[in-house]
Amino acid sequence: MADIAFLLLIFFLAATTMDSDTGLMRQLPAIPDPNVPQDVNKINDRNILEVKVNKDNLLLVEGQLTQFNQLREIAHNFILNPNDEPSMPEKEVVNIPYFGNVAVTKAVISLQNDIGTKYGVYIAVQNELIAARAKLRDDVARQEFGIAYEKLDEDRKAAVDDYYKVPISEAEPKRIGE
Amino acid sequence: MARFVKTGTKTVKAISTSSLPDIVFMILFFFMAVTTMRETDVMVTVRIPDATEGKVLEKKSLASFIYIGEPLEAFQALYGNEPKIQLNDSFKELADIQDFIAQEREQLNEADKTKMLVVLKIDRDTRMGVVTDVKQALRRASALKIMYANTNVDKITSVY
Repeated sequence: MADIAFLLLIFFLAATTMDSDTGLMRQLPAIPDPNVPQDVNKINDRNILEVKVNKDNLLLVEGQLTQFNQLREIAHNFILNPNDEPSMPEKEVVNIPYFGNVAVTKAVISLQNDIGTKYGVYIAVQNELIAARAKLRDDVARQEFGIAYEKLDEDRKAAVDDYYKVPISEAEPKRIGE
Repeated sequence: MARFVKTGTKTVKAISTSSLPDIVFMILFFFMAVTTMRETDVMVTVRIPDATEGKVLEKKSLASFIYIGEPLEAFQALYGNEPKIQLNDSFKELADIQDFIAQEREQLNEADKTKMLVVLKIDRDTRMGVVTDVKQALRRASALKIMYANTNVDKITSVY
């Protein structure tokens, strides 16, 4: 009996894997329909944080050469805009369930890369941006509900997501000098 | 001086093995429950990047995998060492992605078709040109939910 069980055990050890996959979830934009007129309402320049990574893997934030480890803080400050500076994102009062009428930031992060950018760097940059947003969402969840964002139920999560929407858009790829 | 005196005749009894099958079966069931079948043999070198914000893939049945990286050494004579796209068990071209997605979608239930997820396992040294092309192909195939596979770490130490 034990022999048979051992045999099966060894078979399962060889034929299966235990690794669970982890990754950054993203939603790609749909291909715009050429027959439908494009939304002409351009996003105000002050609401966009422009992040570019060039072919030498250098990071450019709003046109400024930036160190990688500063990115999270810059994104954090940009979304929060604590002093309501006119050069930083505007806020709009909207009604959100659980929160009522609150001033919500209209910030958008735009991430652009070159064809020569290394994938690892691209992911690291994206990770920093997602982390900055996740931190703010977690803060507001703790403040409002007293528990971590991860532990909220779906409805409350959606409400917090609405509070800090901050889409991270991957710009339409541009092909330069191919 | 202390003396060790043998008192009586003690014989060591053999340990009973009658519970061994139970134990082995227990381990077997544990492995059957926590592991999943290996589905594809990866033929490219994929060192997936580090990140701190990765979420666990919960429903593996909804996921399709795309691997991108340098072919393993055994395949390099045939396919060169430029990053290649691997779908299922073979190297494919960009144009094949649309068919691949359609085929994968066909295998899902009607209810799950909208929840389909494409997991991109891409080597960290790959250039973004290939990745962007794949992303565009996925958009054309309207497989919009994607996941960039990464290993979770506490802190990203170096990106270059």
